Amino acid sequence: MITITCNGKEKQVAATGTVLELIAELKLDPATVVVECDRKILKPEEYAGYCLHEGAVLELVRFVGGG
Amino acid sequence: MGLGGLGSVLAVALARIGVGHLLLADFDVVEPSNLNRQQYFIDQIGMPKTTALKENITRINPYIAIDIIQERLTEKSIPVLFKSVDALAECFDNPETKAAALRAVLTELPGIGYVTTSGLAGYGANNTIITKMIYPNVYMVGDGESAASQGQGLMAPRVGIAAHHQANKILQLLLKHPM
Repeated sequence: MITITCNGKEKQVAATGTVLELIAELKLDPATVVVECDRKILKPEEYAGYCLHEGAVLELVRFVGGG
Repeated sequence: MGLGGLGSVLAVALARIGVGHLLLADFDVVEPSNLNRQQYFIDQIGMPKTTALKENITRINPYIAIDIIQERLTEKSIPVLFKSVDALAECFDNPETKAAALRAVLTELPGIGYVTTSGLAGYGANNTIITKMIYPNVYMVGDGESAASQGQGLMAPRVGIAAHHQANKILQLLLKHPM
């Protein structure tokens, strides 16, 4: 396991985990979140191949529908 | 961006206080189901929202310039169409488009004053709708969780609360007094 920081909170994830797996674990729809990892905004097509690393700092901004 | 329950209300608020130039963007037409919260009239059903709102705002305040963009906005088009605005409000309904727009702004329009939204459906608590800074110059309005869904519709009061949060934040950005 490795430790990452997600929206300010430390979290343990599998050492082989990807951003897409993290989004799934958080029960979020990847199309409705904006993901920043280590101060870089990721493109949705990067989520599946983007491996998390020890000390990674993520910010997830989640959107729900309505306007 | 988006002229529904958020965008039409926000635009009217800015027009009333004399914001001199508005750029209104939407691809859609006025439908009967819009009239529970959006600033259109029953005789405007079927009209493009852009032209209907321009007509209504002009009746309120004829002394402001209004430009319209009649198209569906995308992550690619947003940075091109809005690169020279002083402040930009995201007023979409669709959460995928809300996310795409924020990505576009953070990557292609750094430093722009931006107000996005998430969580304003239903008739729940007034005071869970808040405005918070999520990035420098980028603000999020809403309670973060009340999605439009069966039994939790979009209605004038609570959508209006969020729209006016957006309007006041846009005003602060235009006056360069963010707080």
